[in-house]
Formats: sequence, structure tokens, C-alpha cells
Amino acid sequence: MGKDRSKITVPLVAVLLGFITGAIIIMITGKSPLGMVQAMVRTLTGFDIYGRSSYNPYYIGEFLLQSLPIILTGLSIAFAFRTGLFNIGAEGQLMMGSLAAVTVALLLKAPFGFHSLLCLLAAAAAGALWGAIPGYLKARFNVHEVVVTIMLNYTALHFSNWALLLFGSVDRVKTSEFPASASLASKFLADMTNGSRLNWGIIPVIIALVLYWFIIEKTTFGFSLRAVGFNKDAARYAGMKVERDVVMSMVIAGAFAGLAGAVITLGTFNFGRVLPSMEGYGMDGIAVALVGGNAAVGVLFSGLLFGMLKAAQPLMQSSQIPREIAGIIQSSIVLFVAMRLGIEALLDTLKRKREGQK
Amino acid sequence: MAYIIEMLDIVKTFPGIRANDGVTLEVEKGAVHALLGENGAGKSTLMSILFGLYRPEAGIIKVRGEEVSISDPNVANRLGIGMVHQHFKLVHNFTVTENIVLGLEPHKGPLLDIKTAEERVADLSKKYALDVDPRSVIEDISVGMQQRVEILKMLYRDAEILIFDEPTAVLTPHEIHELMGIMRRLVEEGKTILLITHKLKEIKAVADVCTVLRRGKLIGTVKVSETSEERMAEMMVGREVSFTVDKTPAIPGEVLLEIEGLSVKNSKGLLCVRNLSLKVRRGEILGLCGVDGNGQTELVHALTGLAKIESGRILLKGRDISRLTVKRRTTAGLGHIPEDRQRYGLVLDFRLDENLVVHAYGKPPFSHFGVLDYRAIKKNADRLIEEFDVRSGEGPSTPARSLSGGNQQKAIVAREIDRSPEVFVVAQPTRGLDVGAIEYIHKRIVEERDKGKAVLLVSLELDEIMDLSDRIAVIFNGEIVGEVDASATDENELSLMMAGSKRKAV
Amino acid sequence: MKLFLEMFPIALMFAAPIVIAALGGLFSERSGIVNVALEGIMMVGAFAAAAVTVVLEPVTPAAAWIGLFVAVLSGMVFSLLHASASINFKANQVVSGTALNILAGGLTVYLCQIFFRQQRTKAFSSGLQKITVPGLSDIPIIGEMFFNGAYPTFYVMVVLVLLTAFIVYKTPLGLRLRACGEHPQAAASMGIDVYGMRYFGVVASGALAGLAGGVMVLSADIQYTVTSIHGTGFIALASLIFGKWNPFGVLGAGVFFGFSQALSFYAKDIDFLAKMPTEFFYFLPYVLTIVALIVFSGRSVGPRAAGEIYDAGKR
Repeated sequence: MGKDRSKITVPLVAVLLGFITGAIIIMITGKSPLGMVQAMVRTLTGFDIYGRSSYNPYYIGEFLLQSLPIILTGLSIAFAFRTGLFNIGAEGQLMMGSLAAVTVALLLKAPFGFHSLLCLLAAAAAGALWGAIPGYLKARFNVHEVVVTIMLNYTALHFSNWALLLFGSVDRVKTSEFPASASLASKFLADMTNGSRLNWGIIPVIIALVLYWFIIEKTTFGFSLRAVGFNKDAARYAGMKVERDVVMSMVIAGAFAGLAGAVITLGTFNFGRVLPSMEGYGMDGIAVALVGGNAAVGVLFSGLLFGMLKAAQPLMQSSQIPREIAGIIQSSIVLFVAMRLGIEALLDTLKRKREGQK
Repeated sequence: MAYIIEMLDIVKTFPGIRANDGVTLEVEKGAVHALLGENGAGKSTLMSILFGLYRPEAGIIKVRGEEVSISDPNVANRLGIGMVHQHFKLVHNFTVTENIVLGLEPHKGPLLDIKTAEERVADLSKKYALDVDPRSVIEDISVGMQQRVEILKMLYRDAEILIFDEPTAVLTPHEIHELMGIMRRLVEEGKTILLITHKLKEIKAVADVCTVLRRGKLIGTVKVSETSEERMAEMMVGREVSFTVDKTPAIPGEVLLEIEGLSVKNSKGLLCVRNLSLKVRRGEILGLCGVDGNGQTELVHALTGLAKIESGRILLKGRDISRLTVKRRTTAGLGHIPEDRQRYGLVLDFRLDENLVVHAYGKPPFSHFGVLDYRAIKKNADRLIEEFDVRSGEGPSTPARSLSGGNQQKAIVAREIDRSPEVFVVAQPTRGLDVGAIEYIHKRIVEERDKGKAVLLVSLELDEIMDLSDRIAVIFNGEIVGEVDASATDENELSLMMAGSKRKAV
Repeated sequence: MKLFLEMFPIALMFAAPIVIAALGGLFSERSGIVNVALEGIMMVGAFAAAAVTVVLEPVTPAAAWIGLFVAVLSGMVFSLLHASASINFKANQVVSGTALNILAGGLTVYLCQIFFRQQRTKAFSSGLQKITVPGLSDIPIIGEMFFNGAYPTFYVMVVLVLLTAFIVYKTPLGLRLRACGEHPQAAASMGIDVYGMRYFGVVASGALAGLAGGVMVLSADIQYTVTSIHGTGFIALASLIFGKWNPFGVLGAGVFFGFSQALSFYAKDIDFLAKMPTEFFYFLPYVLTIVALIVFSGRSVGPRAAGEIYDAGKR
């Protein structure tokens, strides 16, 4: 089996196994896995396989909507992975990005379109800054990025909660609304999808995907990052600036995640939100990146897959299946992808046994 | 004849390789039985099977005439078989005693009884004259003592059959001599020794019988006293081997590389290169020889820019490069073939063509304004593959990982020579390579010399140094203790200098 | 000074789950398996403890202790996933651990929905009770710090620290465990079952982290929710690094972090802190952890082979 083919087969097998795991858990706890299937099909296509309801593109819109931020956090984590870093801090970078977007939305006045562009850029910059911290700490002090980024996630949560309230809030849950010039909401897209919340956030996501592919595969900077990710010593030996690459990688990864924060805040809401706890986009991004093999196309497809899973949750809940099944399926898929070496070895031994019996 | 060990028709495969292809080995009790072969011939694999680390797919093993199945090292131990590994299997931050008794610890109830353990180690050490300090920590002791700890590990388990895997690779000539004595003493005590090696001189010095393997197959078993080194080499390689390299005498020119009073610290903060001075001229090969661990590695790292210099200077064509980055040094004309090709020389997960431009990718023609030009990269690879005969499965897009050791090294050599530096620092260029690749690389090095480059050859193989060098410098304990003309010295003199027993005025 | 003494019981209450979970991490990493799933295992343990306590409360006064026991067992079972993924299936240990953290969140709330029809367990009325040891609590200073109104889990923590130190440094088992984490090939060549030792290390970490989760929810809360653990498992990981993989170091680090969490309760009594917003105290422990890591990371070296995939059959 060629190595290239296994790049696609392993994630596909893992996805299948993840869904089977979910189905098994649903059955053990006394519910019907058909409800899961029905929810997913409806979300993906708008059609109801039970034939009870009519075609409704609302679900497709919601599924695309849910995919947008996790494609971005997926890109963030994939980018860092290519350099050999594990960016679990995407969640915190996202929150700082969201904060920056709200700040620019509320404090600045600018014409429609341009205003939201400024917000997006501010969000990317804030995320980049928040990503630079663990990048610098890793490069300079060799502090492991996993614990630092998780600490920064919690720090970002509480810090942005505090900062948002400075903008003035009636109920300590939302800030005041920001002007329509900053919003990414789209009546056009909403109408096309029967009232879903799909918005112009699609555009920054597509741009991000192209940018990601271009930087990693086509630029000298990407070449250097990949070398560092594969073999730091050889990279240093070839004259590459390893420490600079580590920091820049986290900066760019942070920017992608910060952008995600803006897309959520400006697209789906028109106010800043005080969060009781983290919303999990970072963790979703990990799943997306891993299943997508850290490549742009892969991230796109696995982002759509997990977006579909998230959007299917309310439908599952109405079939009596607790919505958390999505998280269970998602983490199972990640686990199966992580076990690829072992699974491949197992398949190898089985193949050889079969050949030996011939 | 009663054999103590019989390995009959052993077959062992790893993915893509038949490491042992129907090999038969018969060892007499009380013999020193050598296992000779090149790198990759299958000798380590065979012995690992005997020691229970691997299980063969086919074949029978008999110990003391009885058929056995050795499923893990514990079983091997119980049968009286022990192994001193080439890469020591010692826990770096445990003491000598802890390493020796690991797995068979004396204990009082649940408590580890270190005192009894230390006493037993001291007793064994005295009995076999293997000098060790039971309380020392492994990372603090010499390589020679570490090897003695490895031997004691076996004796603690009452091993009767001792396997030594390339034991002399890391020893000083003096320690090698001691080891030969230790082996003879063990045989006197009734032990049987299996010696894995590719060094013909050592086989001649201490072995009774020699079994030769090549590419996984058994070639033959001979009595050492009745067989010449040339004959054994021929069996090992499969054809007649020339022991010398063809080269015309050197015509050295001006000094291109000058090292002045260089001092470098190692990773532990200790000075390992002390006030070292050396000059390499245009058109000559200066061979730097010494036992591993005397500062060569750190010297090379300092020269290439990977390690910081404490004091002293490095001058390249008269220009001080001591504070330049790696990249600047290469552009200034310093080429380097690294000691550890897989760690420093190649990015194994990159393709061959990408590896060939790993220094130059940032500039035209390989990239323009930060964007890579893969067509130019591929064309470059095609050219170098042809010129340097680098064999790969899929041409330029082959992942570097799939190349054989010899071809990986050829790729690195191709890359470096192509950049046409004035000075080459070449470290351990033929480690782990088969004879064909070694011959090729030696040829290219001499060619570069003839083109007027200066070559600093750093190697642990005395033969290689003596074959290639025009002048030879010996490093001991971070200092140059001797500098001689290659034609005016011999192995004995060099060995003495490498061991620090002799100094030749520089 | 008096304030400092007063803070002790609360600081120790916060410290106990950190230290216990970190000890679990110690066993795992010493055997060579990095375990970032401490957080997830704590969640599983907390859920199990809370659920069992709520259900058994009306039936027996020992409900909380039975809950803790079940927490230990469920932590062990959950950790088997990490063990088999990392050891048998050669998964990247950080990825596997992260997946389990996500799984724990999903699984525990899923089960809450199934059993309690809400996204949290039902509230129990009393978890672990504080105790005051007669006699010992009268000792000046020390009595007030440790024996007056302390949670019994504090004593459990101390016992576990001593037990861990004894096992890891004074027994043959500990020697072999450490060998597996430093140089598994050396251990294998001495006949040690590296896979088996590593399973032991991971399952031990499951037991301890499960216990820690149960301790946490039964001491400081009235029910299990998905935010019950809020990063304590990662603070435990930081304590492990900060404490240099040594039981006593871990104890010190955990107590330090316990204090940082206790500060928010006493801030109003300390002048310069009283003016800070509440959110400051929420993120203070996390920021302190980062600072500690910066100061200690460079010099801190864990078991050499931890995190590397070990394959017995590879050459």
C-alpha cells in the first residue's frame, strides 16, 4: 500500500471507526443509532430520510456555519504541527481575536465592509500576539508549549471576560451591540438557506485555506518550517533560523485562530459575549487538523465533517440522543487517527499471515 | 565435537530485508569465535536472536546439545548466555550497581538491598579483575569502565557464553589491549566468547575460529591461525579488496584554514577542546585521528558554527569566521560533510531533490521573491544524481529515508562538493557504509584535494586516516599531541599518540 | 501571619487534588509514558464520585468514601484507553492524551444526561467532611495549619507522597519502572517486561488521577459539571515539571499552586490585592503556572525516554 494512499485511508478508517464507536455507545445506553444517522443526513443534505419533514436548507446553512471557525482553528493547529509544535492554545488565541474584533467594532467608525476588514485584521493580530508568547517561550526557554498554551487559554478566558465588561454591559453577559458596518451577517446567504446564520465569514475562511496552502507548500518560509518540523538539527545545520521559525510559526498559527474568533463574533452575533467557560473550538481544531493530515485540503474536508457533526447535535437531541455524543465521536476519531502506526502494523501482520497461508 | 551453541539454518526477516538467510553457526566450548561481516551482513541480528531479543522465522537453536526456544533475554540468561552490546544498554543516571543488578535485584522483603548488591558487584569485579566503582553514576565514568559494567552485567547472571558486539569501536588502543586480556582471562575461567566485529586485526589477535557472513548468508567458517587477513576480507566482501587508495603525492599550497588557540566547551560545560591550533593547506588532506570522545566532534561543531567558541579564532582564507552564522560560513567557502548524516546531513522526511537544495533554497534559481521554483530544484537534482551516481527508487522525488546509507551519504557529498567550497571539513564520511560506497567516497575526497581544495578529514578509523591523509594530526584530550607526515609514521606511533603516551613536536 | 495560617486548610484543600493527580503523572512518566490526560481522568473520577455519592447518600453515611473508591476504579479503566493506544498502538502520547481529554468531557456529560436527564449530576448534600483531630489540633501553629478543620484528603495526600517515594526509590519495582522511563532497551535486555511496566505506570496514574478528581468534586463542590476540573489536571502536569518528577518536589509545587488558588478567597483581607477584579484571581493560578514553568523548565529534565515510542521488535 503506497504511503500516499494511506494518508487518505487511515483518516477514513478512523472516521468510520469513530462513528461505529458512537453508535455502540448509543445502543448500550438504550437509544437508537438510526437517530444519529438521520440527524447527520439531514444536516448534510437538508433531507429527512424518515420522510417526515420536507427538504430544508436551513440545516445545510447551519452545518456550513459551524464548519467555518473550526476550519480556521484547524488551520492554526495544522500550521503549528508542520513545524513540530502542538498548539493547544488555539482556543485562547481565538478568544483574544474575538476580543480585538469587538474592540475595533465598538470603538472605531468606518464604512461598511472596510470596518469588518479592520476587525478581522485586528483579530488576526491579537491571535498572533497571543500565539507569539508560547512560541517565544519555547524557542528561548524550551518550555513545553502544551502546558503553557493551556494556561494561556484559561488566562484569555478570564481576561477577555473582564475586558469585555469594560465596554459597558446591561446584563454582564453581552456588551452593547456594534454597528452593522462591522458585521459579517448576510441576508443573502440567510435567505438562501432558509434562515440559517450562514454569513460572509466564508470569505476569510477560503482566503485562509489558500494562504495556508501557499505558505506551506510554495514559499521558502514554508520550506524552512517543514524542515524544522521534521528535523531541527539538520535544519539548523543547513543554516535555517530555527528559533525564529518556531516563533513565526506560532505567530501565524495564532493569527488563524484569532481570525476564527472574529468570524464567530462578527458573523453570528453582533455583540461581545462574556463566556462562562471555553467553547471548545480549539479542541475541535485539533480533531480537524489531525484527521485532515495537516494539509489544506484535508483540513477543509475534515472541518466540514466535524462541522456537520456539531450542527447535527440539536437534531440528535430531539431523537433523545444526548448532544455530547458528537464530542465522543470526535475524540474517538482522533484517538483512532493517533493509533495509525499500530493499526497499520496490525493490518500488515494480518496481510502477511494471510499470504503465509496461501 | 561437542558444540556448546548450535544455530542451524536460521532465517530472520525484517520488512524488506532478509537479515539472516539460512545461517548456520556452530560454536565450541571455550573458544573465542569471531563473527565477521560488513555493516548489514546480519551478524548483530544473529546474535540478537541468540540473546532472545528477536525470534527467528525458521531454524533451530541448540544449547549444550539440547534444542531450546529463546523467547526473551531472561531465557537467554537462564541458559547462561549474556551480551555486551555495541551501543551500551546502560541507564545513564543509575549507578554501576543499579545497572548490574537491574532485573535480579537482591532484596529484603519489599525493600531494595543496595548494600548486598554493592558487595556482590565488588566481589565479581575483583574475581575477574574488572575494575569498577560500584557507587559511580554511569554518565560520569569512562567508556572503558562502562564497557566493564556491561561485562559484569553478564557475569552477575552467571553467563557462560559471552557475546561481544563490536566491543572495540569506542576504546582507546590501550583499552583494546586490556579487553583482549580480559577475554583471554574469561576463556581461562571456562567461558566461551562470541565476538562480532569487522576488524580483521582484532580477529587475528584473539580469535580461534571465524564465521564470515555476507548480505545475510553464511560464506564460511575458518580457523583463524590458518587464514590470512586478505582471505578473510575477500570472504567478507566477495571480491578482492585493495587495502590502499590510489593517490598521487600532494602538492600543498597556501594555508586556507587556520585554527588558532581554539577552546570549546561540551554540553556539560567542561572544556573539551583546549587551546587547539591547526593549519590546513590548499591541495592537501589533513587527517585528524583520535579515539572517540577526545574533542573531535566539538571541534567540528565549532568549525561549522553549531557550537560556541570559548576562546581562539578560526580563519578561512585569512578571514575571521569565528563569529559567523552557519549560513555565512558556508557562503564564505566552508563545506562540511557531517558525522551523523541522518541527524545533521539530511531531512529524512524531505525528498531527495529538496535535500539537495537545503542550503541554497532561499535564492535564485531555486526560489524567486520567496516562492520556490520546483522545476529548477528538480533539474538540479537530476544533474547531481547523474554526476554522483546516487541511486534512488524514484529519482529526485524519492523520500530521503528510502535511500540506502551509502546513497544518502553520496547525496550529501554531492551537495557539498557541488557548492565548490575552498575548505572541506569531512567527519566520519564512511561510517556504516559498504565497501563500494567507501571506495567511491574516498575517490571523490582525493579528487577534491587534487582540484586544490583543503580537506580536514576527521575519522575514528585509523586505516581511513592512513590511507587518505597527506599529513596526520592526533587529538587527545582536546589537544593536538602530534602532527606528522603520513608517509613518515606508522600505526603503532599513531596509536601511542592517540592514547596520550607519546607526543610529537608540532 | 495569622492570615497565612488561616489560609492553610483551604490551600491544602486545593492542593490535594493537584498533588494526587501529579503523583499519578509521576508514575506514568517515570515509566516512559507522557500522560496529558490527567485532566480527563480527573473528570471521569469526579463524575463517578459525584454520581455514586448522590445515589448512595440516602442509604449510607459512607457514600462519599464509596464514591472515591469508584472514582479510583473508573480512572483506572479510563486510563486503559491511553495505555493501549500509546503502548500497543504506538500513538503519539500527547495526541492520545488530548483525545481522551475531549472524550472525557463528552462521555461524562453524556452519562449525566442518561442518568440524571441534565448536563450535570444531581447535587449531593454533603461530600467529604472537614475534620478536626483531637489532641493534635491543639499543638501551637502546626495544629491550626494541619489538624484544625482540614479535609481528610490532606492526610491521604501525605500518605500517598510517602508511599510513592518509597515505591519509586526503595523497591525493585521502582528501579525497574525508572529504567523503563530512562532507557527501555536497557531494561528489556535485562529481561524486564517494558510493556507491562508501562501499563502499570499508566493505570497507576489513572487510579490516582481518578482519586484526585473525586477528591476535588467532593471537597469543593456539590455536583459534577463539565467545568468542575477547569484545568487542574494541567496544573498537576506543571507541578510534575516544577517538582522535577520527584514526589516531594511535587508536593511542594502542588501546595504552592494550592495557595495561589486560595488567594482569591482571602484577597479582601490583603490590602493591595483587595482592589483587583475577581477575574484577576481566576487567572492568577494559571499565570503563576506559566511563570513557574519558565523559571524551572530549562533546568528540569524528565525521564529520558518519556514520550518516545518504544517498539520491542524494531532494530
